[in-house]
Amino acid sequence: MAISEHVNGGTNTRKSMPSSSALKPDLLNKLSFKTLKLKTKQQELLIRVSILCLVYVLAFITRLFSVLRYESMIHEFDPYFNYRTTLFLTEKGFYDFWNWFDSESWYPLGRIIGGTLYPGLMVTAALIYWALRFLRFAVHIREVCVLTAPFFASNTTIVAYLFGKEIWDTGAGLVAAALIAICPGYISRSVAGSYDNEGVAIFALLLTFYLFVKAVNTGSLAWALASAFGYFYMVSAWGGYVFIINLVPLYVLVLLITGRYSMRLYVAYNCMYVVGMLLAMQIRFVGFQHVQSGEHMAAMGVFFLMQVFYFLDWVKHLLSDTKMFQAFLRITVTCAVGVGAVALGVGTASGYISPWTGRFYSLLDPTYAKDHIPIIASVSEHQPTAWSSFMFDFHILLFLFPAGLYFCFKRLSDATIFIVMYGLTSMYFAGVMVRLILVATPAVCLISAIAVSATIKNLTQLVRAKNKVPQTGSTKGASSAKGSSKGSIDQSQPFQRNGAAALLFGAFYLLSKYATHCTWVTSEAYSSPSIVLAARGAHGNRVIFDDYREAYFWLRQNTPPDAKVMSWWDYGYQITAMGNRTVIVDNNTWNNTHIATVGRAMSSYEDEAYEIMRSLDVDYVLVVFGGVTGYSSDDINKFLWMVRIGGGVFPVIKEPDYLVNGEYRVDKGAAPKMLNCLMYKLSYYRFGELTTEYGKPPGYDRARGVEIGNKDIKLEYLEEAFTTSNWIVRIYKVKPPNNRW
Amino acid sequence: MLKLLAFLTLSLPFLTHSFSPDHPTDRRVLVLLDDLAIKSSHSLFFKTLQSRGFELDFKLADDPKIGLQRYGQYTYDALILFSPTVDRFGGSIDLAAILDFVDTGHDLIIAADTNASDLIRQISVECGVDFDEDPSAMVIDHMSYAVSDTEGDHTLIASDDFIKSDVILGSKKIEAPVLFKGIGHTINSENSLVLKVLSASPSAYSANPKSKLSSPPLLIGSAISLVSVVQARNNARVLISGSLSMFSDRFFRSEVQKAGSADKHEKSANEQFLTELSKWVFHERGHLKAVNVRHHKIDEADEPAIYRINDDVEYSVEIYEWHGKSWEPYVADDVQVQFYMMSPYVLKTLSTDKKGHYFTAFKVPDVYGVFQFKVEYDRLGYTSVSLSKQIPVRPFRHNEYDRFIPAAYPYYGAAFTMMTGFFIFTVVHLYNK
Repeated sequence: MAISEHVNGGTNTRKSMPSSSALKPDLLNKLSFKTLKLKTKQQELLIRVSILCLVYVLAFITRLFSVLRYESMIHEFDPYFNYRTTLFLTEKGFYDFWNWFDSESWYPLGRIIGGTLYPGLMVTAALIYWALRFLRFAVHIREVCVLTAPFFASNTTIVAYLFGKEIWDTGAGLVAAALIAICPGYISRSVAGSYDNEGVAIFALLLTFYLFVKAVNTGSLAWALASAFGYFYMVSAWGGYVFIINLVPLYVLVLLITGRYSMRLYVAYNCMYVVGMLLAMQIRFVGFQHVQSGEHMAAMGVFFLMQVFYFLDWVKHLLSDTKMFQAFLRITVTCAVGVGAVALGVGTASGYISPWTGRFYSLLDPTYAKDHIPIIASVSEHQPTAWSSFMFDFHILLFLFPAGLYFCFKRLSDATIFIVMYGLTSMYFAGVMVRLILVATPAVCLISAIAVSATIKNLTQLVRAKNKVPQTGSTKGASSAKGSSKGSIDQSQPFQRNGAAALLFGAFYLLSKYATHCTWVTSEAYSSPSIVLAARGAHGNRVIFDDYREAYFWLRQNTPPDAKVMSWWDYGYQITAMGNRTVIVDNNTWNNTHIATVGRAMSSYEDEAYEIMRSLDVDYVLVVFGGVTGYSSDDINKFLWMVRIGGGVFPVIKEPDYLVNGEYRVDKGAAPKMLNCLMYKLSYYRFGELTTEYGKPPGYDRARGVEIGNKDIKLEYLEEAFTTSNWIVRIYKVKPPNNRW
Repeated sequence: MLKLLAFLTLSLPFLTHSFSPDHPTDRRVLVLLDDLAIKSSHSLFFKTLQSRGFELDFKLADDPKIGLQRYGQYTYDALILFSPTVDRFGGSIDLAAILDFVDTGHDLIIAADTNASDLIRQISVECGVDFDEDPSAMVIDHMSYAVSDTEGDHTLIASDDFIKSDVILGSKKIEAPVLFKGIGHTINSENSLVLKVLSASPSAYSANPKSKLSSPPLLIGSAISLVSVVQARNNARVLISGSLSMFSDRFFRSEVQKAGSADKHEKSANEQFLTELSKWVFHERGHLKAVNVRHHKIDEADEPAIYRINDDVEYSVEIYEWHGKSWEPYVADDVQVQFYMMSPYVLKTLSTDKKGHYFTAFKVPDVYGVFQFKVEYDRLGYTSVSLSKQIPVRPFRHNEYDRFIPAAYPYYGAAFTMMTGFFIFTVVHLYNK
């Protein structure tokens, strides 16, 4: 009620203004101007708050497409693990979660879950759950998990607003909030059901950056402390915190080099680093990495450099002789760098400081993973980004980003330097790995928001200044600001106003296109749960393939509780979470040898594979097969990676054995080893009898568009246990050894 | 005793397995014959079985009413095939049914002979035994044949090359040779479960005695097995003999003198050999059971769901042997337990109190994972004891580490002096002057 009153009052005064000015020009104008000024501030606040509220709600509801299209369910692979652990956390409590040794995955090695995960997401969801329970909302933990990511996306918009306000102005903040609310790059990882670390982590990342920039701007210990806690939350939520702990020192270093060192920076960085480091050590998975891992050494180096800088500043203050100071400076810097280098060298040589991990290398050198760590290169989200996905995920932001950089450089400050560095580095990483587009998204949104906000501000100023010309002309009392704008308009031609209006219109057209694009992408591309597949039928109707859940449910209901299921690692989390059965390997790819063993089993002949499976006590083998439905991300298409990963550890597996003239094929021309390896047999068992498509021979593989090469598959050591209705998941039982042999 | 037997016979139809945990010995035996005359000509063998309490059900092999199962339950515990020439069994019995019978844990005795039918050969092949492919071939031995008046082609063999196992052949030494006349077989080298019980001598070969040898015989020497046994993985036992006549009354009673040997035995060892062997096949001997597998932490009685690394655990198991009528403690000093995760981390020989109780204690290794207590006890003639019990081993909980270890005192000292120093410094710095 009050809000609508205000709005009405505001518009009323504005509309009544011309008539009243006609009546009693001088007095009334003065009076209404004064009230208007007061009202404008309120209006501005009101508009700002309502925009933020709308953006907050928009960010949430645009992510609900997946719930509307499908159902309230957990998506993809990793979220199932997160869901399972959250469930455990809410059922057994924090300490059991913290000390959880999971014997159901990585059989027989097991996994210390409490010590090998980032607990931030689970604890957050559990806290929300407990809070809701405390408020007597009887929600299921699954609903909480499904909606955690959208909720945090909404919170991210608020942080983006504050951040934008901090580095530019309120307008930029609002635009940033609006842009990030619907940016596909972010939505891809935060739709409802995508219960993954990133959903929370992007919020934490942006919050940490915002608080740090705030601390640098104010020099306040409190903000620095707050950013340390933001960093702690980020560390607890996602491994991407390494980006923060490297970007912030880099930023500090740049400020030092460009001579922007200040006490504010000193306070902000030292407090943030020391407290943040101590807090981060409380996360078991991170432990002592901040002092022992090569990836964190930059932050420590900059920390010490900061002290040297401070010391030099003090000495400079004491010494009046510049020459002496120059000498002292030279000696000190040389000593400091020397000591640092020696410490790093000794630490690395003695093994106290671990070298950079493969993942870190592969970020700096995109070709590294391809040559050295096939397991990283095999993941589709670790591939280098195609330019089309930049366009897909950023749309107009891709063009606004350089414009925003231009504005930032034009008004260089500590804060804009930070956002520029964040934007440039994260853009580079986004080019290296598809999934890191996510990290770049906030920066791109913020910088683009600066461009949009600054441009629109300039344009509206032009348009509005022209409008006000007659008004200022009629009223004698023109302020100095109006005088200057009048002067600028006087120089320009009348069509400039039209030009500005046209440009304004163009900008709004672009922005509305952006909104359309984002909505379309969200609804079409990023809202699929990927464990339930949807396709268009022959009549344009929607066909749902729910084979994954069918298979996992079968496992849950029909196999002994201690049965061990072997599958490629992609499905490990889902089998443990939905099927409740022990798996050999899962998506936590911590043990390359174990995965290679499974890869070797899959790419061996049946009898050799049987020996491997017996040694791992495997009871069931699960393969994913898309030949009937045309589902292309199945195990046959992933098979070369199994061969590569298996061959990386066991040289008996050689990739050329599976290729014909360097070509990967499954039809008659396929390599003989390919046609008889376990994966081929399990995928295509009985497939030769099936006619998949009208007018094609039986055994026509729709995913690869060929007729398969081995239609007469006999299994000796395994037997088919279950095949889902669309053949997407096939489960085989490993037979016990022959009774009489 | 009779009461017990009566009880057993009554209750057996309700037990699908012959290896009921309490009484593994078979009771109801189906005997399939080519010719009912065999019943009388081999009566001594059947009598030894009947005297030990077996119910023999004699049927012609092509009797259309025979069947091993009724309403999905096996009505017999063992099967004796004294029908070497049968091409098709009557009723519902066929190759698959017989193999199924064995694979569900029932015992089988096969006696083949010259002109053994393809069916009998197939059953044998499935058990890892290959008979000579020449249907008219017999085992001929010009060195260790049995001296006899009538037969001059040296196909009646006196063999004394037994398997050295008291469990299979009984503790009483077999003095006389065993008479054998029939077809030879070899055991499939890929099959690790089949054993030669009675081998031919090195001078034996398998050929048609009536025709002249045109090419070297395929089966020669001690590679030829005369009688073999198979103990399947589910402990079903199969006896395969190349001679039906070795079970006959005539061979049982016959006196025997091995060629080239001066001592003449009053009676052949066929009766002793086959009786002892049938005791083994029908689980009157060499059947072990392991019960009461328990493991727990020292000083605790209950079995935990999970162990922690470096826990001290006790493991115990009771092993008994079936002596035809009762379970007796099994005494051995070579039973070992493994604490196993992909490879044994702990391998310990169990101590025994000679009353069937085996036990040991050890420390869980400093490795976490899903372990198994494994006992793999395979001894010649005995049923294999294969126990595995899965148990996860977890690392320390966060509050199970030692809190105040002496080595860390310098660090505690450093921390606390730092704190007090900082406090004093602050006070001095703030309030001095």
